[in-house]
Amino acid sequence: MLRLIAFLIFAALPAQAEEIVLGLSRDEVAITANFDGSDILIFGAIKREAPAPETGDLGVIVTVAGPDHPVTVRRKDRRLGIWVNTDAVEVDAAPSFYAVATNGPLREVLSDTEDLRHHITIPRAIRSVGAEVADSRAFTQALIRIRAGNDLYQVLEGEVDLEEETLFRAAVQLPANLTEGDYAARIFLTRNGEIVDEYVTAIPVHKVGLERWLYNLARNNAVVYGLMSLAIAIAAGWGASALFGLLRR
Amino acid sequence: MQIYLPIAEVSVNAFLLLGLGGMVGILSGMFGVGGGFLMTPLLFFIGIPPAVAVATEANQIVASSFSGVLAHFKRRTVDLRMGTVLLVGGLVGSGLGIMLFNYLRSLGQVELLVQLCYVIFLGIIGALMFVESLNAIRKSKKAGGAVPTRRRHNWVHNLPFKMKFRVSGLYISVIPPLLVGVLVGVLAAIMGVGGGFIMVPAMIYLLGMPTKVVVGTSLFQIIFVTAFTTMLHATTNFTVDIVLAVLLLVGGVIGAQIGTRIGVHMKAEQLRILLAMLVLAVCGKLAFDLLITPSELYSLGTGGH
Repeated sequence: MLRLIAFLIFAALPAQAEEIVLGLSRDEVAITANFDGSDILIFGAIKREAPAPETGDLGVIVTVAGPDHPVTVRRKDRRLGIWVNTDAVEVDAAPSFYAVATNGPLREVLSDTEDLRHHITIPRAIRSVGAEVADSRAFTQALIRIRAGNDLYQVLEGEVDLEEETLFRAAVQLPANLTEGDYAARIFLTRNGEIVDEYVTAIPVHKVGLERWLYNLARNNAVVYGLMSLAIAIAAGWGASALFGLLRR
Repeated sequence: MQIYLPIAEVSVNAFLLLGLGGMVGILSGMFGVGGGFLMTPLLFFIGIPPAVAVATEANQIVASSFSGVLAHFKRRTVDLRMGTVLLVGGLVGSGLGIMLFNYLRSLGQVELLVQLCYVIFLGIIGALMFVESLNAIRKSKKAGGAVPTRRRHNWVHNLPFKMKFRVSGLYISVIPPLLVGVLVGVLAAIMGVGGGFIMVPAMIYLLGMPTKVVVGTSLFQIIFVTAFTTMLHATTNFTVDIVLAVLLLVGGVIGAQIGTRIGVHMKAEQLRILLAMLVLAVCGKLAFDLLITPSELYSLGTGGH
């Protein structure tokens, strides 16, 4: 009887034909004093219980997202001859970094419904509700344009290498101006634009060593940190003066 | 050599920062201005977040002013008594200024106010100084090199609470220096600078102090006002980046020493006309930015204003 129930439950579950097995070139990013950006190689394989289905194009989408923060987007307008900020839109949450890589054109590997559900493309990854300006789309577009100009938002269409419909890999370049936090790496497997499997993992990005120590001190012991900054400033000022005094003699 | 700044959270070239610090340091030593009105916009330009730039700049000014004032102490060109009176006004003023700044920030448009403040004050002061020093040079040429002694008696000399300022050779009321201190303090807090470029002309033209004493005294006062500002920023906004400050101040203090020595070999009128031109150039650049159509109409700020 029990065996029958177990069988029924098992049969009721959707059979997962294709599954992602993942590897990362590094499982964390350490920001050191001479940090100058970092490459992350995301690679893996597609595990199958049965031979690959003949129908439907296989798509692999890799996204890497930094922590979400609210952003204020302001627009300038000419008032009395000078350019001033007039309208502003509060974007509720925008990732500080976002890269989306695919093995083919986005339109072909991802359907709109799945994009809407899983927030995969950049405009979908930005959450903006309750904008009181009529053309709030222009503000979100400006946010994407400015961040893309700083390499913070990247669209890497066709940058995922897919071999034999089994092995895939994608390289994502993290720029030097990174924010700390847990970066989420997501890998989606699609058939005809419909997602068949999803894999999520976190890549912690954090400061280490001196950078970590200074940051913590500034946050937790602000008075000590402020006094230390002043002491260094006074010492440097006095040191330079004394040094030049010696040089002149 | 790229270096990652822990508080600003950006990566910048260390030598670029050293060079910027050095250049601004030379000007600071020559004219007795902290150099904040030049450095703060330059830091924005290389991509340091504005809040971090303003706060860190205050810390850097402490270093370059301290280095500069030591050289002036050796030459006995610091009026400690006047400096203290100005400082009392300055601390009151910067407290008021920060309150005003926060109030305006709650209304929005604080950036515009800061920019307009820069354009208006730099413009007025630069133009006045330029005309005045040009006249002084012309007069000294006509008189065959003899500099006429200026001893004007205006309303400033008829106020109560008179005090003797021996180093400056003045016997005036403490009210005008106190008011100058307050005004400079308010503007310094709003504009995120030491305020030397406002203080120096105010001391020369309003208080009638001799130019040689003005520079040292202004530096003396700036040290304390900027130290106060640094502490305020460090404890309330956590925006002082010590790594950025160290890089800037290493260049800055060396520059200030060189600048002070250049300043000694120049005539007061020449010094003033150069400062006037510098002030006008920065003013022109900022005014230009307000008038021309920007290439990017949109800008990003941190959420929640």
